Amino acid sequence: MNFGFTEDQEALRDATRKFLDNECPTTFVRKMMADETAHATELWKKIAELGWLGIIVPEEFGGSGGSFLDLVVILEEEGKSLLPGPFFATALLGTTAILAGGSAAQKSAILPKVAEGNHILTLALAEKSGRYDAAGVTLAAKPKGNDFVLSGEKLFVPDAHVADQLIVAARTAQGGSPEDGITLFLVDAKAPGVTITQLKTVDMTRRQCHVALQDVAVANAQVVGEVGKGWPILRRVLEQAMAGLCAEMVGTGQKALDMAVTYAKERVQFGKPIGSFQAVKHKCVDMMVQVENARSLTYYAAWTVDENGSEAAQAVPMAKAYCSDMCKTVTSEAIQVHGGIGFTWEHDMHLFYRRGLASEAAFGSAPVHREIVAQTLNL
Amino acid sequence: MDFDFTPQEEAFRQELRSWLETNLPAEYNPETFEQLNEDKRFEIQLKWQKKLSAASWVGIHWPKEYGGRGATVIEQTIYQQEMARVRAPGVANPLGISIVGPTLMHWGTEEQKKRYVPKILSAEEIWCQGYSEPGSGSDFASLQTRAVEDGDYFVVNGQKVWTSYAHKAHRCILVVRSDPHAPKHKGLSYLLVDMKSPGITVRPLVQITGDAEFNEVFFEDVRVPKANLVGEKNQGWQVAVTTLMFERANFGIVYQLEPMLRRLGELAKRLRLNGHTAAEDPAVRQKLAQFHLETQAIKYNGFRQLTRQLRGDPPGPEGSIGKLAASELNLRLVHFAVELLGPYSQMALGETHGLDGGYWSRRALASRLYTIAGGTSEVMRNIVGDRVLGLPKG
Repeated sequence: MNFGFTEDQEALRDATRKFLDNECPTTFVRKMMADETAHATELWKKIAELGWLGIIVPEEFGGSGGSFLDLVVILEEEGKSLLPGPFFATALLGTTAILAGGSAAQKSAILPKVAEGNHILTLALAEKSGRYDAAGVTLAAKPKGNDFVLSGEKLFVPDAHVADQLIVAARTAQGGSPEDGITLFLVDAKAPGVTITQLKTVDMTRRQCHVALQDVAVANAQVVGEVGKGWPILRRVLEQAMAGLCAEMVGTGQKALDMAVTYAKERVQFGKPIGSFQAVKHKCVDMMVQVENARSLTYYAAWTVDENGSEAAQAVPMAKAYCSDMCKTVTSEAIQVHGGIGFTWEHDMHLFYRRGLASEAAFGSAPVHREIVAQTLNL
Repeated sequence: MDFDFTPQEEAFRQELRSWLETNLPAEYNPETFEQLNEDKRFEIQLKWQKKLSAASWVGIHWPKEYGGRGATVIEQTIYQQEMARVRAPGVANPLGISIVGPTLMHWGTEEQKKRYVPKILSAEEIWCQGYSEPGSGSDFASLQTRAVEDGDYFVVNGQKVWTSYAHKAHRCILVVRSDPHAPKHKGLSYLLVDMKSPGITVRPLVQITGDAEFNEVFFEDVRVPKANLVGEKNQGWQVAVTTLMFERANFGIVYQLEPMLRRLGELAKRLRLNGHTAAEDPAVRQKLAQFHLETQAIKYNGFRQLTRQLRGDPPGPEGSIGKLAASELNLRLVHFAVELLGPYSQMALGETHGLDGGYWSRRALASRLYTIAGGTSEVMRNIVGDRVLGLPKG
C-alpha cells in the first residue's frame, strides 16, 4: 500500500511548478487568450527541452520512457497555471493514440518529432451529437482500392488549427455493435479537402475546432491499428485522456481554492477578515473537501490507468464525474468568495471558471459518467 | 503508487478472516441485533469483547505489552475492513479502547497505567467519558463541573450529559474545572473516577431511537483521590484534546458506508418505481453512482493519509475531513433510501410488514448521531478552516 508519488515525481512537481510560475503567469495566459492561435512557439520549445512532450514516449522513439503518473504530476501543475496551447492535445490525445495503436513505422516516424517539439497532434473524435462514445462516431470512411476516402464533420476538436496531423475516428463499417467498424486514420491537417475552423468557446486559452473533411484521400498506411478495430484503441486513449484531464482539474480547483482562502484572510469587512465569518469559512472547507475527494479519485484512477488494469473501467468515469462537478463548483464558489471583484474581467478568477466549464464538457460531463459508474456497479 | 497489500498483510487478513469464521457469536444476527433490548445487546458485546481479547483481536493498535498487537496502520485498516465485512458486533468498552487506554499510555503515571490499562481490553472495567455538560456542548472548554481540593482529594460537584455507557461503566474519565479564575482552557483538570463513588447518580436518557445508551450523570460532593489526576492540575485541556483526536480518528461510520451502499443497491433492484425497478430509474442510478464515488473518495482519502503516516510525513488536509464527509454522506444516503421506500420507509425495526426489516427507518433515526457526536459538522468545519486552511478565528 503506497498511495503517494515517488521522490523523483515530487522533484518533477517542484521543477514543473517553478518553470510554470516563471513562464506561465496569468498575464501570459491572458495574452494567449487574445492570441490568434493560443499557441506560443517559444514556450513550446522550452516544454520540449524539459522533456514534457516525450515523457510517456519510450526511449527507442525519442522519449524519456516515463510512467503515466509522471505525466499526471505535470498535468496537475499545469492545471494550476491554466497552461494554454496544444500540450494536452499532443502529449496526451495524439501520443497515446499512436502509442496504443500505431505500427512500429508510425511510431518511429511520428513520436521522435513529437518529443522534439516539431510535430503537433490531436484527436478528432466528437461530432455534432456531442457524444464521446462509440455510437457518436459516424464520419464515413469509404474504401477506394487499398486506400480510403473520408467525408464528414468533426466538432470540439482540440487545437486542430495548429496541428500537423489529426487522428480521425471514422466509421468504415455499419451494423453490428457501435464499437465495431470504427477505424482511426492519421490525416495531415493540410491535406486537400480538410477545412479547419476555430470555434468561439468559453475558454479561449485552449482552442477547439470544427473540422470538415470533404473527400479526403487517406492512404492505407495511415490507418492506426487495424481497420474496423479502432474502438479498443480509443477506449485506452480516452481512459488516459480523462484521467489526465482530471489531474488538470484537480490543479485548477486547488488553485482556485488557494486564491479564495488567501483573499478570505486579507479582505476585511465589518472590521474583520471575511474568512473569520463561518459563512465564508465553512464554504472554503466544503471547497477543500471537494478538492481532496477529487484528488483521491484522480490519483486512484491514474494508478489504474498506469497499471493498465481492468479497474480503470470504473475508476476513470468515477474520477471524471466527480472532478467535473468539483472543478465547476469550486471555481464558481471561489468567485463568490471574492464578491464583486471576482465578477470582473480584470480579476483572474474567471479564467479558472472558464477552464472548469470547458473541462467539465470534455469527454462527457458528470451525468454521462455517473451512468457508466452505475453500469459497472451492475445496477 | 501501489495499492496491493504485501504477502504479510494478506496473511494477517487471512488469519483474522479464519478466526472470525469460527468465532463470531452464534447468538448474534446482525439483521435482528438492533431489535434486542439494551441489556441483551450489551451482554452480547461484553461476551464478544472477552472472546476477542482472549485471542488478542481487540485493541490491536495497542502495544504488545498492554495486550495489543502493535498493529501497523495497514493492519488496522485491514482489521476495520474485515470487521465491517462480516458486520461483527460492537465491543462493550469502545471508549476504553479508543480513548482511555491511549490517553493513559500517553499521559498516565506508571501506577495509573498498571492499575487501569490491563482491564480495558479484557472488558473487566468498562469506561465512560464525562465531557459534555448541559451548558457546554461544542464549547466544551466552558464546562462548569467544579473540583475543589480537600487534602488528598478533589471534591467534585456538577452535571455531565450524553455520557454513553455510564449506566454500565465502572469508571469515568472526567474533565472538571479546578481553577475558576483562570482563562477557560487553563483551569481544567482530567480525573479518573470510580463510578461507585458516593454522590454519583446516573439517570438514563432515552435517545431519538428509543434506546437509552447515554445518560445524565450527577456529581454531588464526590471525592476523587488526587492520585487519579491525569497530567498536571489545570492542564486537563491538553489531555482532553488528545482524546478528542482519538475519538475522531476512530469514527467507525467510514467503514459502514460501503456495506450500507451495497445494501441500498440491492434494495433498489427489488423496489419498483415509475413503472420499472428503482435500479433501472435514471435518477436513482445517478444518485447511487454519486454515493459510490463519494464513498470511494473517502476511502482513498484514508489511504492517502495512511501513506503519509507510513512515510512519517505530517498529516495532510485529506486526513481531517473523513468524519465530516462520511457523516454527511451517510445522512444523504439514508435519506435517499427513505425516499425510495415510499410508505414502507415508516415501518419500524422488526415490523413484519416492513421491507428490509425496517432497517432504514432505524438508520434514519440514528443518522444525526454521526453529524453531532465527537464534534458537530459545524465544529469540524471550524477546526478544518482554522487549522488546515489557516483562516482567522471568528
